Amino acid sequence: MSELIQHPALAHHFDSLEQQKEASTLGMWVFLVTEVLFFGGLFATYLIYRNWYPDAFAAASHELDVTLGTINTVVLITSSLTMALAVHAAQLGQRRLLLIFLVATMTLGAVFLGIKSVEYYHKFAEHLIPGPGFQFEKEPVHVRHAQLFFSLYFVMTGLHALHMVIGIGIMLVMWWWSWRGTITAEYYSPIEISGLYWHFVDIVWIFLFPLLYLIGRHA
Amino acid sequence: MPDHIVPKRIYYTIFAILMLCTYLTVQIAFFDLGVLNAVAALTIAVIKATLVVLFFMHVKYGTRLIWAVVVGSVFWLGILLALTMGDYLTRVWRTYG
Amino acid sequence: MASTALLPRRHYLNDGYGVKSWLLTRDHKRIGLLYLAGVTFFFFVGGAFAVLIRLELTTPVGDLVTDETYNKLFTMHGVMMVFFFLIPAIPSVLGNFLVPIMIGAKDLAFPKLNLASWYIYMIGALFTMYAIVTGGLDTGWTFYTPFSTVSSTSNVIPAALGIFITGFSSILTGLNFIVTIHRMRAPGMTWFRLPLFIWSHYATSLIMVLGTPVIAITILLVAAERLFHFGFFDPAVGGDPVLFQHLFWFYSHPAVYIMILPAMGVISELVAAFCRKPVFGYSFVAFASLAIAVLGFLVWGHHMFVAGQSVYAALIFSILSFLVAIPSAVKVFNWTATMYKGSVSWETPMLYAIGFIGLFTIGGLTGLFLASVGLDVHVTDTYFIIAHFHYIMVGGTIMAYLGGLHYWWPKISGRLYNEWLAKFSALVIFLGFNLTFFPQFILGYLGMPRRYHAYPPEFQVLNVLSSAGASILGVGYLIPMAYLMWSLRYGRAAGPNPWGAVGLEWTTTSPPPTENFTETPEVTWDAYDYQSTVDSRQSTFPAES
Repeated sequence: MSELIQHPALAHHFDSLEQQKEASTLGMWVFLVTEVLFFGGLFATYLIYRNWYPDAFAAASHELDVTLGTINTVVLITSSLTMALAVHAAQLGQRRLLLIFLVATMTLGAVFLGIKSVEYYHKFAEHLIPGPGFQFEKEPVHVRHAQLFFSLYFVMTGLHALHMVIGIGIMLVMWWWSWRGTITAEYYSPIEISGLYWHFVDIVWIFLFPLLYLIGRHA
Repeated sequence: MPDHIVPKRIYYTIFAILMLCTYLTVQIAFFDLGVLNAVAALTIAVIKATLVVLFFMHVKYGTRLIWAVVVGSVFWLGILLALTMGDYLTRVWRTYG
Repeated sequence: MASTALLPRRHYLNDGYGVKSWLLTRDHKRIGLLYLAGVTFFFFVGGAFAVLIRLELTTPVGDLVTDETYNKLFTMHGVMMVFFFLIPAIPSVLGNFLVPIMIGAKDLAFPKLNLASWYIYMIGALFTMYAIVTGGLDTGWTFYTPFSTVSSTSNVIPAALGIFITGFSSILTGLNFIVTIHRMRAPGMTWFRLPLFIWSHYATSLIMVLGTPVIAITILLVAAERLFHFGFFDPAVGGDPVLFQHLFWFYSHPAVYIMILPAMGVISELVAAFCRKPVFGYSFVAFASLAIAVLGFLVWGHHMFVAGQSVYAALIFSILSFLVAIPSAVKVFNWTATMYKGSVSWETPMLYAIGFIGLFTIGGLTGLFLASVGLDVHVTDTYFIIAHFHYIMVGGTIMAYLGGLHYWWPKISGRLYNEWLAKFSALVIFLGFNLTFFPQFILGYLGMPRRYHAYPPEFQVLNVLSSAGASILGVGYLIPMAYLMWSLRYGRAAGPNPWGAVGLEWTTTSPPPTENFTETPEVTWDAYDYQSTVDSRQSTFPAES
């Protein structure tokens, strides 16, 4: 049945909301492909140097706080759950639940960033920030390559944290749109594609955590 | 064509498995399995990522095109890693420390 | 043929006047023209550096500029030409304009993102121009470490950031094209009825999306390493400079396919139109585009045969580099076969197309020489390499760009240009090009190194020939600027289909209305459904003539 009144969210160059939704979903997935390759360059760098300096990397990895890292992993995976539940609520037109789950997701994201800041501060206090002030007293023989590990640590987790900040920003916008009533059971694709981005950032951490925190923990 | 709505219990089940995998990966790290430590950690990470992609990101219920996009991106990352490592692993003039 | 056409009353160029209507437009056609302004400007900036290079090289002694300044000249020539002209030119000008029209859509999937792409391109260019005017960059467009990260005293960071930012323009354009081609084709426009221009741009978009992020992170790491002394690429700290090269070339080799695939798409259109015949082996050409995109990612190590990678890696990359030539060759054979028993006419776009086919073949064949490790070891970092890639980039891409610009100029502007001046320019460009770059093959083979501002006196004759050619080439590029601009005001109205070609773009007015078509087209014909003079096959394309 043809729509005599066009849905307010339908853009002029699309024929139907369905086509628009499929286009935006595909668009977000293609963007995530670029993100895979973007982080991929860093993973390639990590791969090379972990292969070249396994002992230095293990020693440096020891300096990271496994407890905080594990808590952060749990926090982020939980935020993916709340995000999935937010999309679910949006699909069913459950506005209040949608708002609650969006707030939960943002809160968990903020907790993640808070814990990360604490970790970064600890590294600063322990002179493990790469640069002229870098010290590695535990095993001085590895100081040069441990610095390489920490450079990778800060670049990779820093870039990840930047993506989280952007994600929280996106969620704020989603919250605002949901509160305003723009999001309905008929038009929820912004929530869905924001969710895709959020889950992706979670997946990056799923790989960062073991690669950075869990090297040579058995020693 | 209405979207497939994933029942909430599936999300909770996947979440539980992800928690279990996290617990396992941390525990395994504290045992000395030699080179298998890295293998185990990465295998568990891949399993977790796959679950997130299939269920939280709805790829299991999505089109073949999206599936191809996901597989393609992983494959391309694989090209970068494999061919680069191909150089480093065959540099016979270097011993590894 | 005489045109009695009139301009349509309402079209995308008069749909809103004023700077804001252009700078805030979401119309893909206007955005294509915004890009045209940008790439033309940066082409001449890059060209200015080329003029200075060729001027210096007319004499064996480095007497025009110091060696440090010369380093900056060839670096900035390369950076401007590669990142701000060659990569965006055909996709962002012709692609933006034509992709929606050729598939029967009203616009690209994400018009606002398309405008953002242009702004991102211009902002990135601004950073790089800032780097240029405040002292320049001397690392080579290749930014090799540790010189770029540790020793260079030039403006590496703003230039690196400029390229980083512009990369996102490329990524977003590719993303837009992929989604558009998948999801916005008109009813009846199946994949195998698409013009080959679309197949080429689809393949190009795959490369943009998969490759550009890697150079983005790499160039970011270069800037970061310069700022924070991380040491990823610095042997003094335990890093590996060759790692930079792996990451850099992982993108930069596929980047050359970003530069040539859209050009090949243009050539397919030109050959079909001016032979009035379907492209021979349509599906082979379509699949060859995809094959080039995929195989192009597997060959980057051929830029590193002497860099210090392992001999076994070199072997693999060498074999794969031979393989990637095959789909390109398929295309050249198929274009040539298209001409056989075609009704060939020699308007300007066809002159550029035939020039492309010849020059690309030379460039491509010399690429095969370079794929052979034994030969490459002798000619790498010589003028042989420079000649090779200029044959492809200038003899190939730029010829195709000009051919496409001339072919679609009536559609874009609604006007016809002066055919005699256009043919004359095409000839001047062809002759100037060959005089510039053929001597460079010989110079390289004889051993003249690249990136040197002084050379042994026995190389002077060839260098003078090359510089003379460059001056002719420069003039050749200026003439089209003049008559194309002139035609905007004084050119005869073109009418919807001045070439009598098959394609959705020729069913709408010249210039097209903002929404491209007055009614959504329904496609029932094949891509190049020309009336056959050989076997009397009728066309089902809804043409007026």
